[in-house]
Amino acid sequence: MGAYIARRLIATIPVMLVVAVCVFLLLHLTPGDPAAVLAGDNATSDQVAQIRAQLGLDEPLWRQFGMWLWRLMQGDLGESLFWGKPVLDLVLERAEPTISLALTTITFAVIIAVSLGVLAAWQAGTLVDRLIMGFAVLGFSVPVFVVGYVLIFVFAINLRWVPVQGYTPLAEGVGPWLERLVLPSIALGLAYVALIARITRASMLEVLAEDYVRTAQAKGVATRPMLTRHALKNAAVPIVTVVGIGVALLIGGVVITETVFNIPGVGRLVVDAIQRRDYPIIQGCILIFSAVYVLVNLLVDISYTFFDPRIRY
Amino acid sequence: MNLVEPEMQVATAVKPILEVEDLRTHFFTRDGVTRAVDGVSFTVAPGETLGIVGESGCGKSVTALSILRLLPARLGRIVGGSVRFEGQELLSLPEGRMRDIRGNRVAMIFQEPMTSLNPVLTIGDQIAEAVMIHQGASRSDALRRAAEMLRLVRIPDAEKRVGDYPHQFSGGMRQRVMIAMALSCSPRLLIADEPTTALDVTVQAQILKLMLELKQATGSAVMLITHDLGVIAETCQRVIVMYAGRVVEQAEVLELFDAPLHPYTRGLMASIPRIGLGRRKRLAEIPGIVPDLRKPIVGCAFAPRCPIASARCRAEPPPLAEHRPGHLAACWHAGEMP
Ligand SMILES: Nc1ncnc2c1ncn2[C@@H]1O[C@H](COP(=O)(O)OP(=O)(O)O)[C@@H](O)[C@H]1O
Ligand code: SF4
Ligand SMILES: [Mg+2]
Repeated sequence: MGAYIARRLIATIPVMLVVAVCVFLLLHLTPGDPAAVLAGDNATSDQVAQIRAQLGLDEPLWRQFGMWLWRLMQGDLGESLFWGKPVLDLVLERAEPTISLALTTITFAVIIAVSLGVLAAWQAGTLVDRLIMGFAVLGFSVPVFVVGYVLIFVFAINLRWVPVQGYTPLAEGVGPWLERLVLPSIALGLAYVALIARITRASMLEVLAEDYVRTAQAKGVATRPMLTRHALKNAAVPIVTVVGIGVALLIGGVVITETVFNIPGVGRLVVDAIQRRDYPIIQGCILIFSAVYVLVNLLVDISYTFFDPRIRY
Repeated sequence: MNLVEPEMQVATAVKPILEVEDLRTHFFTRDGVTRAVDGVSFTVAPGETLGIVGESGCGKSVTALSILRLLPARLGRIVGGSVRFEGQELLSLPEGRMRDIRGNRVAMIFQEPMTSLNPVLTIGDQIAEAVMIHQGASRSDALRRAAEMLRLVRIPDAEKRVGDYPHQFSGGMRQRVMIAMALSCSPRLLIADEPTTALDVTVQAQILKLMLELKQATGSAVMLITHDLGVIAETCQRVIVMYAGRVVEQAEVLELFDAPLHPYTRGLMASIPRIGLGRRKRLAEIPGIVPDLRKPIVGCAFAPRCPIASARCRAEPPPLAEHRPGHLAACWHAGEMP
């Protein structure tokens, strides 16, 4: 097991390297002089030259990449052009709201989606099933920002159940913290819920037709343990796989959700950086998001052994 | 010929533990209604071993599943008849009360040992579950009982193996586990649906022997379903022959083998596999195929394959009637030779 994890961690190196190359080229393949692009439209030629020197843009491309990568491996994601501060510091300052949003969304989404999927599979073909699957199709096709604005309009502005926007740190209490996370989590999680509910239903339908489910019923096992202990555990591997893959959906959604709900997180940092062409921030965040995605999916792979004793690494 | 209703003639000394009467189970599929079980009646006496035999697709499994009400949801439905267990009607029992009977008073063993055990739960937990449900035992007590049951079905190192998963067992061993699970709550009736069909010939004999020994020890009745009359000859006291969702013949085992009345039974007998001929090969299959149960059957269902079918056979369905004492057959020409 330990050896497997080590092997898998080593296997992520080439993946991250490819990501790094792409992120690096992001700046250098933009049409025109990267220094001029970075400096913006109103820059003087002196400012452009300064930026060029600052970023080592006079050097050959491979050397630039080498230096950049070397600094990356030391944890140096570069400096923001706008803020003049290390990118890593900027990200860490804004990490709490984003991590809070991501964790609450994943937790509630998985619980709700799996419950809906199990219910739909158990009631397959009935009205309940059709309603849940209809919701899943809808949830997957409505964009995050639309859901976000509708939620704000209905629950924050009209009904005044929750605050409209913003973020309250966890340090100020769980209640206020959670209160402001409810709507963004729903907006962010809707597509994720839809995705997981669908795969849960499909996987459960397959398992419920298995002989061992009938064996359990022949033993006198009641419906609930039949669905969970006997069926869901068998259906789990495809479900956790999608939970992991779906994190990509969340990463894209976080950027939009934080903007719609005015949450000062990493997603907002990225949006602002894009508007300001603050390339080091964009590059740094893409790298961090990619690393998170790769690690989450590594965890997912390891979790298989927990669900299925036949899988051994 | 003595036209007696089947349930009247089995009014023997002991009260039957199971009484199935005019059971009808249909499947409602996209391409029509399959009359999988179409008016089946029989009884099982306490401690008795009743064999149910017939070719694949004749409704044996559906009969068994109907008794425990384990038909695939929304697809298969019991549309008529009655199933009484220890005098109690099961078909109208609330689901919760039905669950108290399943795995407790009536247990079932399935055909496929490779797929009938849950791959992600330990053997011990799967056996212990029934004990916990029906006897309110704690997990540790139930696991002890599970180990005891594994010893009883002669699994070596039983104490250690309770923590193993199904994939760590061979097919024969898994069927032993299934037997252990089924007998863990000392059921009064054990329904074994082709328990050895999926196993190697050598293992088949061991499993059958084990099952009947344990049945002797616990005094439970057994409903043994098989497509192999050879198995019936070695194990059962009474036998029911099914064809196309109906009972076509019923008799004591010796009587049936001595004087089979139904041409279908004679066909089955001609095709009993005999050990010693190299592979366990069918000698003479009955020519033709089983009828499509989605289409209405006019006359005798076996007529298209029957060597002595007459015009009457094709027009009128033969009733199940007593031709000799305790020996019933549904055939217009019962006992006649081709
Ligand atoms: N799940 C099902 N869906 C549709 N039809 C079924 C199903 N199970 C059984 N049947 C029908 O019921 C008939 C009897 O099947 P079964 O009782 O399994 O036969 P066997 O005697 O081999 O056990 C078959 O002809 C089959 O068409
Ligand atoms: S009733 Fe006729 S067709 Fe049917 S089994 Fe008897 S002889 Fe054959
Ligand atoms: Mg069968």
